[in-house]
Amino acid sequence: MTMTSAKVTIEDYAAASEIAWCPGCGDFGILRAVKKALVELQLEPHRVLMVSGIGQSGKLPHYTKSNMFNSLHGRALPPAIGAKLVNPELTVMVFSGDGDAYGEGGNHFINAMNRNIDMTYIVHNNQVYGLTKGQASPTSDLGFTTRLNPEGAWVPLRPLALAVACDCSFVARSFAGDLEHLSKMVQAGITHKGFALIEVLQPCPSWNRVNTFKWYSERVYKLDGDKSYNPADRTAAFNKALEWGERIPIGLIYKKDRPLFEEYTGAFGKEPLVKQKLDPMQFESLLDEFK
Amino acid sequence: MALDFNFLVGGEAGQGVQSVSFVLSKIMMRGGYNVYSDQDFESRIRGGHSFSRVRVSNKPVAALSEKIDVLLALNEETIDLHRKEMKDGAVAIFDGESIKKDFGDGETFLNVPLVRLATEAAQNRLMSNTAAIGAAVGLVDFDFNLLAGMLREQFTRHGSEVAEGNVKAAQAGYDYARQHCPEKFTRRIKPIGNGDNRLLLTGHEAVALGAMAAGCKFVSGYPMTPTTSILEYIAGQSKSFNIPVIQAEDEISAMCMVVGAGYAGVRAMTATSGGGFCLMVEGLSLAGMTETPCVVVLGQRPGPAIGLPTRTEQGELWFALHAGHGEFPRAVLAPANVEDAFWKTVKAFNLAEKYQTPAIILTDHDLANSYLSVPRFDLAQVKIDRGQLLSDEEVSKLTEYKRHLFTDSGISPRALPLQGKVLVATDSDEHNEEGHIIEDAETRKRMMLKRMRKQEGMKSEIDKPIIHRKRGAKAVLVGWGSTYGAIKEAQELLGKEGVAVNVLHLNEIWPFPDKAVASMIEDSVKSVVIESNATGQLARLIRTETGIKATGTILKFDGRPFSAEYIIDELKDVL
Ligand SMILES: Cc1ncc(C[n+]2csc(CCOP(=O)(O)OP(=O)(O)O)c2C)c(N)n1
Ligand code: SF4
Ligand SMILES: [Mg+2]
Repeated sequence: MTMTSAKVTIEDYAAASEIAWCPGCGDFGILRAVKKALVELQLEPHRVLMVSGIGQSGKLPHYTKSNMFNSLHGRALPPAIGAKLVNPELTVMVFSGDGDAYGEGGNHFINAMNRNIDMTYIVHNNQVYGLTKGQASPTSDLGFTTRLNPEGAWVPLRPLALAVACDCSFVARSFAGDLEHLSKMVQAGITHKGFALIEVLQPCPSWNRVNTFKWYSERVYKLDGDKSYNPADRTAAFNKALEWGERIPIGLIYKKDRPLFEEYTGAFGKEPLVKQKLDPMQFESLLDEFK
Repeated sequence: MALDFNFLVGGEAGQGVQSVSFVLSKIMMRGGYNVYSDQDFESRIRGGHSFSRVRVSNKPVAALSEKIDVLLALNEETIDLHRKEMKDGAVAIFDGESIKKDFGDGETFLNVPLVRLATEAAQNRLMSNTAAIGAAVGLVDFDFNLLAGMLREQFTRHGSEVAEGNVKAAQAGYDYARQHCPEKFTRRIKPIGNGDNRLLLTGHEAVALGAMAAGCKFVSGYPMTPTTSILEYIAGQSKSFNIPVIQAEDEISAMCMVVGAGYAGVRAMTATSGGGFCLMVEGLSLAGMTETPCVVVLGQRPGPAIGLPTRTEQGELWFALHAGHGEFPRAVLAPANVEDAFWKTVKAFNLAEKYQTPAIILTDHDLANSYLSVPRFDLAQVKIDRGQLLSDEEVSKLTEYKRHLFTDSGISPRALPLQGKVLVATDSDEHNEEGHIIEDAETRKRMMLKRMRKQEGMKSEIDKPIIHRKRGAKAVLVGWGSTYGAIKEAQELLGKEGVAVNVLHLNEIWPFPDKAVASMIEDSVKSVVIESNATGQLARLIRTETGIKATGTILKFDGRPFSAEYIIDELKDVL
């Protein structure tokens, strides 16, 4: 991240395309919080790369301005990793839905957390497949019925517990209905050196009539400011990550400073790979090994 | 005088067959000869039967030969399995103190007490393989100094004692074979030059070197035979040349990482086999849609499913041509031999970047693992053409930027994220020139046409197929990829028998060079397509693209490579 003197304003992050989300969708809150965080960090749009998967969540980068790579369903993380590794000067933010991140992209999710490459991963968790019109997702509550799941969804996954198990270096949850909290979490995620996971509780008024704005509002409580909670305590974090139901914690759940994958090997060189000169002649010495 | 000599080294997996054959190959090249060496091994770490043939000639060779001059048997089974391939007067070397069996008369056997010689000369029975190489080299009265030099090179890193021990063991084997050389065996290989300006390497080493020379800066992959060797070779050089090789969690990820790296601006590559390529196809389509350059090496092995992991086949031509959902331009190159593998890899990177789309390099297990002596690659001839990649200065002057700008060629000038202040946006959804999601029919149609126009430009850069004409030829032998050496040799051998045939060989397959292929086949009364698969995929492609049906095919799908002898045998039924 490089700060510059020219002041970055919310206009710099105006929509690049017409917004096609449903009125009342929690995604609007996420978009607002992301823009607010970027402005507060005074990050210019051209320094930011937003990568997304497919789903309503995946459209977010179209509704602001930055470099953008809108990937396939479930495949937001791999291109983000490729781009970040070859140009670490980019501030990389990745956007997924609960299906995109935990279902189709599950293997990438696990391994990205373990790898700890410096980027911010925002998962819009509406506990349903929005774009495909309302099927159960890995985080749908037990018994959540849809046309594809008439008997009700099976036991939900607890992705944040999985994140703690993977020793993800920054694990947080926030709520799309709390602009201040969410934008603070996003800022913290961006400034965190390592892989930051921020799961956002995101009401989907069109397809999830159970986990509504009201439902989340009545349940969320903030960890921030709670002196008795220590996000560096992995066991406490694991238990906290499993908490779901009458009370749902939001805030920083787990944090650990871990070495970065990109700093672990010497393969990258001093300059970003994308700036390195290409010279076929430098391989002459390698040919000698085949003489 | 023509010299065409064939060693076969055989033993169990883990017995060192490959290193014996490698040393033999290398010293023969250094003695001025052309060398081709194939590797036949099972998918196991110990036991079973593996063998390697080392073919040595003073004429160009580029394929295996089935008939053996010297059989170097590291175990009993090697003799049982291969004695029928011995030429008249050939010799089998074995250690009669370990292999206690009477092989009867028929062929000539030379009992060399390899373990005893190694123990006596170097106090190390493990050096018996070195004694075996010594014996083979002694039998043909080759220059011992070349062997000694090679052994010192190989073993000095283990200490000079080990190196000198190996030299002594080799000398013991050499002397023994010289003294006991069967009278009937009169074949000799005398050095005829030196190996300066030549390299001995496998097809996949050539691909790896080609990628590095072409400026590849990012590799991601997931291990799978036969392309792991590419990943491993580059990984070994990662630190010296700053080319990270990322072992991804699966091939889906590997492919998509490569696409991300390509979008951000470096030349990037992945390498896999058919099974891994199955997982990569959605990412390939992503590269097509986002117009991101990327190179994929598809090293074929027999399928379906896991198939025969350590065998060879050309069963994925149509898979490579059509992999991925939807329609988008691509290049498919199929190197004809080890040397070609280097240059086709360089070309693949240039095509991918100029046309901002995937380029696939189709190899196979045989090309991947066979060694060939080739002229040293002239790196000064490697041209890196980054196409319409904008310079930093050009980007700094832009006030707005459209990543997918409509142009006549279909190629949109390419800026990179953070190259300047303009934003670079792209999308796997159909998009407008700015790279943002759209649904309207008109933009969709124009975008599709824009992308497909790139195929036309690419077609103009596809080289003509390799063609060898013979006066009065009545038939043309048609092939693609790694079978070139065997087909070319079949043409020559047939010529000696008074049968003239032409050769038409494709090493750049897509965009399809239809005119050149059609005119060559139309010129011939008969056309026989020769390929390592069960359905005649090239024959079908030729028919689709030119309307011409080949008169015959020779199809081989037993997992073993073609030889000229095999082709000639089969041709008798077809011609
Ligand atoms: C390979 C593949 N499978 C299925 C789909 C269809 N699909 C698109 S989005 C989606 C799920 C969306 O759910 P989620 O990720 O939770 O995002 P949301 O729309 O809820 O934000 C599915 C199944 C697809 N595009 N690609
Ligand atoms: S379907 Fe749900 S998630 Fe998608 S835009 Fe509408 S409200 Fe939002
Ligand atoms: Mg969802």
